[in-house]
Amino acid sequence: MSAGAIARERVAARSRKRTLRRAKEWPIYAFLFACAAVSIVTTLGIVAVLIEETANFFGEVSVVGFLTGTEWTPLFTEKHFGVLPLMNATLMMALGAMLVAVPLGLLAAIYLSEYAHPRIRSVVKPVLEVLAGIPTVVYGYFALQFISPEIVRFVFGGDTSLFNALSASLAMAIMILPLVSSLSEDAMRSVPQSLREGAYGLGATKFEVATRVVFPGALSGIVAAVILAGSRAVGETMIVTIVGGNQPNLSWNPLEGMQAMSAYIVQVSLGDTPRGTIEYSTIFAVGLMLFVVTLSLNVLAQWLLSRFREAYE
Amino acid sequence: MTGAGALRGVGGRAVLRRNSGRVFLALCLAAVLAAVMALAVLLVTVTADGIGRLSLDFINSYPSRFADRAGIKAALAGTLWVMAFTGLFAVPVGIGAAIYLEEFAPRNWLTRAIETNINNLAGVPSIIYGLLGLALFVRAMDLGRSVMAGALTLALLVLPIIIVAAREGLRSVPPSIREAALGLGATPWQTVWAQVLPPALPAMLTGIILALSRAIGETAPLIVMGALTFVAFTPSGPGSAFTVLPIQIYNWISRPQAAFQTTAAAGIIVLLLVLLSMNAVAVGLRMYFERTRRW
Repeated sequence: MSAGAIARERVAARSRKRTLRRAKEWPIYAFLFACAAVSIVTTLGIVAVLIEETANFFGEVSVVGFLTGTEWTPLFTEKHFGVLPLMNATLMMALGAMLVAVPLGLLAAIYLSEYAHPRIRSVVKPVLEVLAGIPTVVYGYFALQFISPEIVRFVFGGDTSLFNALSASLAMAIMILPLVSSLSEDAMRSVPQSLREGAYGLGATKFEVATRVVFPGALSGIVAAVILAGSRAVGETMIVTIVGGNQPNLSWNPLEGMQAMSAYIVQVSLGDTPRGTIEYSTIFAVGLMLFVVTLSLNVLAQWLLSRFREAYE
Repeated sequence: MTGAGALRGVGGRAVLRRNSGRVFLALCLAAVLAAVMALAVLLVTVTADGIGRLSLDFINSYPSRFADRAGIKAALAGTLWVMAFTGLFAVPVGIGAAIYLEEFAPRNWLTRAIETNINNLAGVPSIIYGLLGLALFVRAMDLGRSVMAGALTLALLVLPIIIVAAREGLRSVPPSIREAALGLGATPWQTVWAQVLPPALPAMLTGIILALSRAIGETAPLIVMGALTFVAFTPSGPGSAFTVLPIQIYNWISRPQAAFQTTAAAGIIVLLLVLLSMNAVAVGLRMYFERTRRW
């Protein structure tokens, strides 16, 4: 055998060995794929669980009655299953939080993206991140012990109930502000420098560049940030449970106590509700509503981001 | 005359434009200040309320009907147990999913579906995971209201965060490292295991710590899943009933007596200290490894 043939034989043997080694690795790849598939299984599990129990629920209560009823008393002897009071409370508290958090968050984002010295930015950003990392039960305590007695009662009079929708909204506003500011700051910083320089070259002031060039240029990202923050507020639980008031109440007055959808789920969970009862099914029906609302908001935000992404390159 | 008037007009507008810019900057600063103030007031309120109640006895006592004897021993032990198992489930699966998506996944509809799905899961309210845990782990798998069921629930909750963090860690390793290993004859898995994973771990670790610190603060999913609110024992194993720190705090907040509010504040201080030290470790790790990075 010639030297060349030997070398070729060696290479072939090595490559056979490598193929073998690769073949032996298939369980690893299968495991890795299984890990990734856990997320799909989780989603399917959530949907299956919610729909199964909700189906039991709608076996006894009509869908129309559930969606349009104005009385929610599933834990009383005379039961009514109208979800509107819970829905209204959830949307009102979330909307209240947005009314405060969105303007403040956007102004903070413009400051951090356009005005702040890098050193100030490196201090302020971590502080905002700390706000986002504080557990919601702590915000609940803060709302009950500070926002309600010191702010809401100070402004609206001492006979206002400690448990009211406004206090919950204000606490949630602090919670979602960092989400609005950091996501929209990211969007603003991705607007290319050349657009800013072009505007300065035409004589624009810093204020005009920020509000008429950068802000519109980042609009899709900003809107997505606002929607995601809204979705977070809709799903928020502990703040609205602790300070929201926890009685179903179809009212437009934010100074009254009311019960959000998530707070109702917690209320039932704290009691001992056996499986198979209608009370047990209600928390899944309410959960499904919550899931559908937040999922639609998230999908809308992602669609906005991908559809209207400003591609600058 | 008209020329000068026009000039004055232009000058007036410039002043107006400059002033509106100043007002706007003031508004922006006020917004940032409001956020920072909110954090400061929150921390001061909690500390002022609870610091006097903090003692070794507080950490070493079980909850009690009497506020001045109540402590967080059971809750702290429960939190440690649940977190240990949450990490045990979520970290390997999260890193495995990240490796698959980042290194091996073909570009097809299934991969896109998984990625979209992970994004959506990150936005599902935590209370919904509680309902999943209740129906799946507590009832269907018959784990009961145990440490194990709570840990599995929280593991699913933090999985999307861990996957995103782990993917970022993998992405920080330059492709040239992979190409070199493959060129020397390593298989794809050998490349990932021996060359890509080690330098990616520090960045992953930061994300994992942050994900676990998110799980430590979660209250709602565990309440819905059925964790107890009054526990006078430490868990004896993964099958044991349990409570966690945030639930204990919520239990005290929901009582009308002022003394229990003080106890809740003391519990919050402990919770925030735990979170703060975890965050400090994460930031420290990030800084250390950024300095010692080889590329």
